[in-house]
Amino acid sequence: MSIMFVFLGVIGTIAAWWLSRQRLASKPWLEVGAIDDAGASSLPAAKIGLGVFLAVVGALFALFFSAYVMRMHMVETNLADWKAPPLPGLLWLNTGVLILSSGALQWARGAARHREMEALKAGLIAGGVLSLAFLAGQLLAWRNLVDAGYFLASNPANAFFYLITGVHGLHVLGGLAALGATLAKAWDGVAFDQMRLSVELCAIYWHFLLLVWLVFFGLLLLTDPIRSESGLIAAICRVF
Amino acid sequence: MVDLGSVEAIPPAETADVELYHPKSWLTKYVFCQDAKVIAIQYSVTALAIGFVALVLSWLMRLQLAFPGSFAFITPSSYYQFITMHGMIMVIYLLTALFLGGFGNYLIPLMLGARDMVFPYVNMLSYWIYLLAVLVLIATFFTPGGPTGAGWTLYPPQAILEGTPGQDWGIILMLISLILFIIGFTMGGLNYVVTVLQGRTRGMTLMRMPLTIWGIFTAAIMALLAFPALLVGAIMMLFDRLLGTSFFMPAIVQAGEHLKYGGGSPILFQHLFWFFGHPEVYIVALPAFGIVSDLISTHARKNIFGYRMMVWAILAIAILSFVVWGHHMYISGMNPPFGFFFATSTLIIAVPTAIKVYNWVLTLWRGDIHFTVPMLFALGFIVTFVNGGITGLFLGNVIVDVPLSATMFVVAHFHMVMGVAPILVVFGAIYHWYPKITGRMMNETLGRIHFWITFLGAYAIFFPMHYLGFMGAPRRYYEMGETAFMPASAMTLNIFITIAALIVGAVQLAFAFNLIWSLFKGREAGGNPWRATTLEWQTPQTPPGHGNWGKELPVVYRWAYDYSAPGADGGFLPQNQPPAAPASRAAA
Amino acid sequence: MAIAVALALVLIVIGSVAFHLLSPWWLTPIASNWRYIDDTIVLTFWITGAGFIIVILFMAFCLFRFRHKEGRQAAYEPENRGVEIWLAMVTAMGVVALLAPGLLVWSQFITVPKDAAEVEVVGQQWQWSFRLPGRDGKLGVSDTKFVDSDNPLGLNPDDPNGRDDVVIVGADLHLPLGKPVKVLLRSIDVVHDFYVPEFRAKMDSVPGLVSYFWFIPTRAGTFESLCAAFCGVGHPQMRANVVVESEDGFQEWLRKQHTFAQSSPQTTKAAARR
Repeated sequence: MSIMFVFLGVIGTIAAWWLSRQRLASKPWLEVGAIDDAGASSLPAAKIGLGVFLAVVGALFALFFSAYVMRMHMVETNLADWKAPPLPGLLWLNTGVLILSSGALQWARGAARHREMEALKAGLIAGGVLSLAFLAGQLLAWRNLVDAGYFLASNPANAFFYLITGVHGLHVLGGLAALGATLAKAWDGVAFDQMRLSVELCAIYWHFLLLVWLVFFGLLLLTDPIRSESGLIAAICRVF
Repeated sequence: MVDLGSVEAIPPAETADVELYHPKSWLTKYVFCQDAKVIAIQYSVTALAIGFVALVLSWLMRLQLAFPGSFAFITPSSYYQFITMHGMIMVIYLLTALFLGGFGNYLIPLMLGARDMVFPYVNMLSYWIYLLAVLVLIATFFTPGGPTGAGWTLYPPQAILEGTPGQDWGIILMLISLILFIIGFTMGGLNYVVTVLQGRTRGMTLMRMPLTIWGIFTAAIMALLAFPALLVGAIMMLFDRLLGTSFFMPAIVQAGEHLKYGGGSPILFQHLFWFFGHPEVYIVALPAFGIVSDLISTHARKNIFGYRMMVWAILAIAILSFVVWGHHMYISGMNPPFGFFFATSTLIIAVPTAIKVYNWVLTLWRGDIHFTVPMLFALGFIVTFVNGGITGLFLGNVIVDVPLSATMFVVAHFHMVMGVAPILVVFGAIYHWYPKITGRMMNETLGRIHFWITFLGAYAIFFPMHYLGFMGAPRRYYEMGETAFMPASAMTLNIFITIAALIVGAVQLAFAFNLIWSLFKGREAGGNPWRATTLEWQTPQTPPGHGNWGKELPVVYRWAYDYSAPGADGGFLPQNQPPAAPASRAAA
Repeated sequence: MAIAVALALVLIVIGSVAFHLLSPWWLTPIASNWRYIDDTIVLTFWITGAGFIIVILFMAFCLFRFRHKEGRQAAYEPENRGVEIWLAMVTAMGVVALLAPGLLVWSQFITVPKDAAEVEVVGQQWQWSFRLPGRDGKLGVSDTKFVDSDNPLGLNPDDPNGRDDVVIVGADLHLPLGKPVKVLLRSIDVVHDFYVPEFRAKMDSVPGLVSYFWFIPTRAGTFESLCAAFCGVGHPQMRANVVVESEDGFQEWLRKQHTFAQSSPQTTKAAARR
């Protein structure tokens, strides 16, 4: 559960920072009268909604990672049979593609801010195509593994790999649906002021799914059977 | 008092009419409706209906325990299916859905002075996915093999193996239903949280929110962070069951046959389940805490005692509840030294919880207590919650848990603390807010009969049950059979408990009747029958119209508990009542 | 109504206390060294019971004393830091009084004495099997993968330590009186829990790992063992007897039991040939 606790720590820090500005120690019964600032954020509700949603998705992935690491380190029992599949080299390429797609959406975000419709469309399309390329690459990596005899059900390490990459792929697909809707809006010629928020939300979503992927990829690298196991990670993980 | 500025200078915050959802047809007004009030009623009716199924299941299991073998249709398999469905429905599909989907949807916008939730469309989807989850759950009763009988904790390996009823379709649909529930809940939860963050009307600072909202808000955040653990567990178990993976499945020999599983860890599932499961207790309890605070304050005509401490206690409980899950696993075979940590964190949580109890009781002190039906239920909650809370101190203390865990003591404990106690709050809340929702009062005589039989009856069911546990009677036995360690009189106790359970169950019909009868024949309630301060009672129409507030949103000038406040002339000051003019204030 | 509610609360308190004092249902007479567990339960009972009685009676008093009457005006008292802090302190002290002895006994519970004799308990749907070390005093290693009809507990046939292990399937377990026992728990299918109410100690037996607890039988007699972790429809039928007897009686019983080599001749012979 160490990874989940790191995640909860981040969420807790944000919550504590926010609560610290809400005058929790004030005595409300003494304060009669109008208060103009009720403490709501100036951000649009949709942005905060996305933030909360990503926190939920973050919790989901943090728990998957925690389960992965916990199972890996259950060595004190006679479960010391953890055989991680070899890491397909293709994942490096996929990671690069995902970084580019995230960059493309960041670019679209800038274009929306500067009211450049063509650039905005180009950025959105590039982000979408690169994401599809990432998904294709992931499927290819799966096929390579299956061809090499690393099946889903042959051992828990394989199962975790397929499961987590699969859930991450679904997360990307969900984003692509939202991206498609945004693209449709761009083609319909929706005003920039309304477009800007949608594009921003897409960009945030993509940065987040990139972050999730980088964490998982890092975890895979650190626990790659070919490399020697990192002492630090092993030590942290054994705590819980 | 601190004067925070003049009154006239503040224009009310306003949502432009175009931004508000308007139903266009009968179908979008009553069925696929995006108005939180309608969604709340849809959630509540569905939850109560499925809860009634769970109630009937509890009768069947009680009949079996008191008169084993007397009923041909209660086989060992069906008994386990009954207890599993009873537990699952009550904890998740009734209590969680009702407190958050039901009360949350109705009360958050109204108590905060908002027109609606911030994402009404997503809110509507939330209900329909919840309904789908309920239907999938019901469908398991009609599949080959019936619903799963794995116990509501669904521990692998047995949950997906033969030897446990419902291992073919039952468990698969159960997991799918849970996954749907979590997706639906997440959609609703986003709304509850963001509406509290962004939807509060002018002047409604966090520290002016009624404790009901504090409880629901905190519980919604917890649920958003805890349900993913159940989702992860459910997905992985579904993989194990359908695709032959071994996340939770070690090497197993069953009936002399080596199964194809190997290398998984059953304890990993338990960690995931209880990482969700313990916060879940407080996901149900915190809204109940909040609601009961408001009921007691309103009906004792006195401010809630120690409001700040109540808020801090809610936050402290929420944080601590994420680090106590291991107390469900003291005897699970996990690393024994963890017991020190989890016992300590668990008993620390007793302090903020006890503070809440003290503050409820101290709110009564020097109050002007009106024994209305909602108040009776709130008082009943305190008794059962204190009783169930202190037995938690037994089970949380790791060494005391060793002999008592997995016995009827545990069953008695959690039924008292998170079964009876929150259900009493549900009833109290329904009697309290029914006049606002329908415009009519519920019948008081029926309400009192309902209260006395439910409260005393539930106490009579679960208090003696602890003693079966002390004797060592294990839970999840469809019959005890011949035993040397239990006296024969234990069966008498079982019969007594069953009779009490049947009576308590039967009186719920009076409640159901009251709900429907009062809809047509109840006394006209008026806008604010309880003379309450919170905003939902200050709506221009009762029941509140679409958009809740007519032309202008209310502006909040004070906290939610100005009952018998100085300057209120023995009455109460609604939250949206401006302070008296400066001249008269100086005179006072 | 006020009087009825206040009276009901008082009667609940009196009734609960009376039930506790008069009921014939209580902990079974203890048969192990874990008297401290019972003591901790009783201590918890006193502390929490006092809290329950005080809170409910105070509440009953408030309900009676401050019931609504014509012209009554409630006090306006937003908070009282002194009272709140004082109550929090008292509660915290109560918690410490519960926790400190609890943790102390827990540390004893998980510290197995060095001279404890090992006994293995294996759960499967739906019966208990047992294994005691043979003359060498050591249990041989085991794994679920070795389980077959001739080797129901999955002993490793290649491990010489296991040859003389006493394997008991479908019969009672005997234990010597007054000797510490370390119970090692295994399962070959689902989660079970070896539970003898009179011993107080219990622990889940989980497939894939070995869990343990220890105790000293302090009373001779026959005790029923149950399963305390739901394990399928046969869960209530999963029983066995534990017979606690004098050292002499125990040794005599032990001599009559079959060793692994005797009870599983095919498996062990095949291994010997390898």
